[in-house]
Amino acid sequence: MNTKVNIAGIELKNPVMTASGTFGSGMEYAEFADLNRLGAVVTKGVANVPWEGNPTPRVTEVYGGMLNAIGLQNPGVDVFMERDLPFLRKYDTRVIVNVCGHTVEEYTETVEKLNSTDVDLYEINLSCPNVKQGALAFGQDPKVLEETTRAIKSAAKKPVIIKLSPNVTSIADMARAAEAGGADCISLINTLIGMKIDINKRKFVLANKTGGFSGPAVKPVAVRMVYDAAHAVKIPVIGMGGISNAEDALEFILAGATAVSVGTANFHDPGTTIKVIEGIEAYMARYGVEDINELVGAVSA
Amino acid sequence: MKRKENAQITEQTELAPGIWSLKLRTDMASEAVPGQFIGIYPKDGSRLLMRPISICDADPETGVLRVVYRAGGAGTKEISSYKSGEDIDILGVLGNGYDTEAVKGRKVILLGGGIGIPPMLYGCRVLKKHGIECEAVLGYADSNMFLKDDFEAVCGTHIATMDGSFGTKGTVIDALNEQGVKGDVIFACGPMPMLRAIKSYAADKGLEAYISLEERMACGVGACLGCVTKTVNTDHHTHVKNSRICVEGPVFKAEDVEI
Ligand SMILES: Cc1cc2nc3c(=O)[nH]c(=O)nc-3n(C[C@H](O)[C@H](O)[C@H](O)COP(=O)(O)OP(=O)(O)OC[C@H]3O[C@@H](n4cnc5c(N)ncnc54)[C@H](O)[C@@H]3O)c2cc1C
Ligand SMILES: Cc1cc2nc3c(=O)[nH]c(=O)nc-3n(C[C@H](O)[C@H](O)[C@H](O)COP(=O)(O)O)c2cc1C
Ligand code: FES
Repeated sequence: MNTKVNIAGIELKNPVMTASGTFGSGMEYAEFADLNRLGAVVTKGVANVPWEGNPTPRVTEVYGGMLNAIGLQNPGVDVFMERDLPFLRKYDTRVIVNVCGHTVEEYTETVEKLNSTDVDLYEINLSCPNVKQGALAFGQDPKVLEETTRAIKSAAKKPVIIKLSPNVTSIADMARAAEAGGADCISLINTLIGMKIDINKRKFVLANKTGGFSGPAVKPVAVRMVYDAAHAVKIPVIGMGGISNAEDALEFILAGATAVSVGTANFHDPGTTIKVIEGIEAYMARYGVEDINELVGAVSA
Repeated sequence: MKRKENAQITEQTELAPGIWSLKLRTDMASEAVPGQFIGIYPKDGSRLLMRPISICDADPETGVLRVVYRAGGAGTKEISSYKSGEDIDILGVLGNGYDTEAVKGRKVILLGGGIGIPPMLYGCRVLKKHGIECEAVLGYADSNMFLKDDFEAVCGTHIATMDGSFGTKGTVIDALNEQGVKGDVIFACGPMPMLRAIKSYAADKGLEAYISLEERMACGVGACLGCVTKTVNTDHHTHVKNSRICVEGPVFKAEDVEI
């Protein structure tokens, strides 16, 4: 049985990876899940310098999911290269660095520093809803997205995944813009923008007022968007949004995702990624699927 | 090693209106130190996140871990509905805890306010076991006092109630002053206004104070950066001026955090 998939020339042993920001730098969950078994570890967003992030409360639970407004707190690319990357490199898994920034220059500065490392792929977060300037602004206008992608792509010496926001009118337009800008792959969905109000205090629960909505409740929206995006472009798609078991992951693959990411579900069960991998293998065995790639986009009416 | 585990409930009782005592059979009982916490998962699939609850007591001999919690919101109310013999998923052991070794030879005052009282019980027990002198000061809203007898069986115990129905009328600091409790080091857990008052009280009196902080958590293991507190200095892990309460905390030296 073949579970290997290929993203922009990089082979992954299986299509299951972690979603940025939900798995730290890998270190935090290494006690719970054998990182050697993962297709890839996607890191927390990394910027050119350390970011403090937003005031607290930054997270809250909502029905079937959660809201977060971390604000992309991170120790900066230098610490990442010195501390986190060597740790990840001890494992037999692909390393995808998620990159964030306020300006095109900040993205390219981080990417240029990482060019000298043995990171496998970059995932460019053009879609974070929780930072005041930048990020989402790059991800909501197809022209800006295309130009930003082109600028980052020309600085990058590794394949580039552009991470798309679901907070747009036409996800297909955004997917095409990323492809036109030279992206090697797209990933989606980032979080939906949500809000929660404490009716007793008559205050916003999150200090940031709004937060990114993720978890099982967003899955149907995410599957539809992955389907639309996958049909709009030829480059591979990484699907995510509410995946908590193999059945969820398979929906994304059938909708057109070559690989999938597990995010919020790690908080509910730190062993989710491993269960998803085993569940996909069991599904393939049950239906006599020889190669996982046969399942990619295999949904029919 | 941190892990998610399915633990059997050996006892679930209501100590005071809305305040529950839950005993669990788990190996974590022999790993836990005072001030650490566990995450308790609701079973209702719409509620994904663990509820962080401090360890109130732990007995390595019997392998029983005890938590005392307020059933306030939907998740903790659901947790309080499970009975002895049923099981529940927990994540643990989480956080750093109080350093009971570092206070050898000094006298510790344990200050607990409201639902911050429970972790102080295990604190008293471990300090006593190490032969460290300690006294507890507990602050309640009113005479609906919980765990008072448990504390009195372990160490000298002083009480404050906000409505004055028992002990000193007012806060734990009022009780400290009125009842003349003296010591070298403070261990405290309670609501933020109490912790702020303790921080400035300790600074005035030149006492070392360790306080346990609360924040909303998602992962509980340091991965999401949801639960940070502002710090005076740059944190060794985050490289900015904040620390993860679930890993570097929940117990911090009062002078190190901006609260
Ligand atoms: C380190 C630590 C130790 C704690 N120890 C205890 C204890 O020993 N006993 C006790 O009664 N309580 C304790 N708490 C507070 C307890 O975690 C919350 O009261 C509880 O999570 C609320 O859940 P709920 O289902 O009642 O509320 P819901 O409204 O259903 O909660 C919704 C979400 O908000 C979170 N949340 C709500 N209030 C709080 C809060 N005050 N702190 C953190 N998260 C919150 C919940 O975890 C959940 O994710 C502790 C908190 C922390 C961080
Ligand atoms: C706490 C938290 C932090 C996140 N941080 C990032 C981030 O730094 N960069 C990023 O591109 N996406 C980030 N995301 C979005 C996730 O990677 C993912 O796209 C989204 O949560 C949907 O997947 P899920 O429902 O499986 O969590 C974060 C999500 C959460 C819940
Ligand atoms: S709860 Fe995730 S870092 Fe503390």
